[in-house]
This record gives sequence, structure tokens and C-alpha cells, in this order.
Amino acid sequence: MAILFQVEYALEAVRKGTCAVGVRGKDVVVLGVEKKSVLQLQDPRTVRKVVMLDDHVCLAFAGLTADGRVLIDKARIECQSHRLTVEDPVTIEYITRHIAGIQQKYTQSGGVRPFGISTLIVGFDPHDTRPRLYQTEPSGIYSSWKANAIGRSSKTVREFLEKNHKDDMSRDDAIKLTVKSLLEVVQTGAKNIEISVMESYGKITSLDLSQIEAIVSEIEREKEAEAERKRSRLAATAAGQAAMTQVVSGTGEGSGQ
Amino acid sequence: MDISFALTGKGYVIVAADTTAARSIIKMKVDEDKIKVISPHLLMAYSGEPGDTVQFAEYVERNLRLYQIRNTHPLRPSSAASWIRGALASSLRSRKPYSVNLLVGGYDTSTYTPHLYWIDYLGTMTSVPFAAHGYGSYFALSLLDRYHDPEASLEEGLATLRRCLDEVAKRLVVSPEKYKVRVVDKDGVREIEL
Repeated sequence: MAILFQVEYALEAVRKGTCAVGVRGKDVVVLGVEKKSVLQLQDPRTVRKVVMLDDHVCLAFAGLTADGRVLIDKARIECQSHRLTVEDPVTIEYITRHIAGIQQKYTQSGGVRPFGISTLIVGFDPHDTRPRLYQTEPSGIYSSWKANAIGRSSKTVREFLEKNHKDDMSRDDAIKLTVKSLLEVVQTGAKNIEISVMESYGKITSLDLSQIEAIVSEIEREKEAEAERKRSRLAATAAGQAAMTQVVSGTGEGSGQ
Repeated sequence: MDISFALTGKGYVIVAADTTAARSIIKMKVDEDKIKVISPHLLMAYSGEPGDTVQFAEYVERNLRLYQIRNTHPLRPSSAASWIRGALASSLRSRKPYSVNLLVGGYDTSTYTPHLYWIDYLGTMTSVPFAAHGYGSYFALSLLDRYHDPEASLEEGLATLRRCLDEVAKRLVVSPEKYKVRVVDKDGVREIEL
């Protein structure tokens, strides 16, 4: 197994970056990212982690933001250039391969270092209703996923997704799973989560804070109810066991007479 | 041979272009669209060397779209027209320049004003209340001088355009039979059947 140290360092930068999650549903694909807390005097609109590459493609990244910006610009140019040369929008697989291609080039050229970012690319192919989700890595690897996470604690989130992902989820279920999985690693809750939903070709919405808060509190209610059920079940079992020992000791006495 | 007109009015710009694609004395096509919708509030009528026109229009369209994706907001009409003029001017100084004449009409959604620019293949640009390219200009400009009103309603504006088209039909030997007319205003771009 060959190891390129530069690529390893880039992957380390990704692991230190904020978490991003992508979830594919039946006819929807959701991107969720952990937002760094914006400083009091900072303009939150200038800090973006989910960006549009074209009408029908969105990208989220984890790692070095400055590297992300450069890669995103290259991808956006390619999207328009593709339209100009073949009169068709890019497919999601095409633009993913293009981005991964650039990332690979930067592992093998002189005088450059690899991009310190992993990306999640989502969208819909033209004339197609199937949602797509791809990942790229600093090494130039790319792959398609049903649901995946990159960045800080991505392993925890991925394991959570593996446990809870179902095929053909509805819009609401997909969004909820995204938020739920992010809550595994984002302690501060709704205000540090950003959710973008793509429902069909070119239809992108990003949820505002109140909508995310509503989902978070719904999840918390469910967790509370679950814990309550568990408590009462434990209590019931305990009571049952107590009764059982009583009955057993009672019958013991009875048989003694 | 292409003929195009444009005029501004109260909160709108009308852009009209004939729909004939001809080569030498032969009409090849009578439903060619020579007005490109560049962004939700920007129109561009193009005429000139066939091939150059469409190539250049698509180049402009993709570059302005890229600008909008990069910056969230689209370029305003005045800036877009300047960029287009610049592109033509640098093309003029290349080995094979585009020979394309343009009318760029747009509605500025931040100042709520209509804008119209007359641009030719030499990179000349002027902001004008009404404009024309091609043989139509010889007949229409005097009419527009007489009848154009920057405060006119859309109906009045279309009536003025109608006058121009009728005059061309009456006097020009090789007058086109059909025009495509588009309007851009606060609600964006729409096509109008005359």
C-alpha cells in the first residue's frame, strides 16, 4: 500500500474541518452542514459552506475553506463551459469526475499541494428524476452514496446513517435524518446547522433557522418520549420481578402450611 | 439584412427582431429567434455575420450566468452592457473578430428603471431611448424621433413599434414578413404577439 504524505496531510485537514452530511431520499436529496459559530460582528451571509455550482448541482465541503473556494470556482467554470460546448447541462457524475480529476492532478504535479478538502456533490441529472449524491476526496477518489458524511467526526455520523438510513425516504424523513445525524456531533443544536434541500432539477431551498429549530425540537421530543418509554418499561420489569419474588415467596409459605 | 428595433417606455423595454435567416437572395428560414434572453431581466437582439451572432450571444449568455452563480446577484443592465461591449472590443483586436451588432435591453431591478444600449461590432456603445440596426433603421429612426415617448404605456410603445414595422413593410424592397417581439419589465421577460 503506497502512502503519499501530502495526501495524508490533506485528509487530516479534512478531518479537522466542520462536518457535512448528504442524504438521498426517494425523489429528494438533502445536504446538511455544521456551521462554525459566526462572530458577533461578522456578516453571516459571507460564510457559506453549501454552494451552487449550476442550476441543478450543489456542493458542500469539509476542510480548508480557501482551497474550497478555488475548487468551486473551477467547477462553476466547467459547468458553464460544458453548457457552451455541448448545449447541455453537466450530469452530476460528470462534474464530480471533473472535480476529482482536478484534485488528482494536484497530487501529481510539481510545485503544488493537494486540495485540503473533501466534497459532497448533490443534484439531479437533466431529464431525470433520480437524486444523486457523490463524494470526492483529496486523493482524487470519487464515489456515489445513499448517505454519507465528511469532516469532523464523520465516522460517528456515517455509522449513525448506516444504522438509520432507509431506501426511498420522503422529503421530511430525509431532512429529519440529516438533522438527526448532525446532532450526533453538533452540540450547539439548530443555530449551528445549515440545511439545503433539492427536490427536483433546479429546485433548491435552504431551510431557515425556525424550520431547523422545529425539526430539532421534534427530534428532542421523540428522544424524550423514547427515554420515557424505556424508563417505564424498566419500572414495569422491576415491579414484575418484585411481584414474582413475592409470589414465589408467598407460594413457598403457602406450601409450608 | 437583419432588422432589429428596441424602445424604452415607462418601466419597460421592447425589443423586436425579424425572424428571417437568409443567405444571399435565398430565405433559408422564417422562424429564427434573434433575441436572446440572457438573464431574467436582460434581452439581447443580435444581428450581423451569421454564425458569429449565435456564437457570440451564447458566449455572452454563459459568461453572465457564471457571474450570477459566482456572486449570487446578476449583473445590472448597465454593467452587463459594458461587459459585452468590452468583449466585442477585445474581439475586434483579435485575429478573427466577431462582426455582431447588438441591442441590449434590460430592466434594473434595484433602481426600477429600464435601460437600452446600442452596440455595434466596432465596440461602440451608447445608451439610448430607442434604437435600430440594419436597413430598418433608415426608415424607423425618424418615426421614433417623432413618436417615441419615454413615459408611454406598453400599449402606446407597441403602437409606435407597429408604425416602424409598417413603414419598413411599405418602403423596404426586401422587407421581412415576421418579427419576434419581447418585452422586459419588472416581472421579467415575456414574448408578445403583435
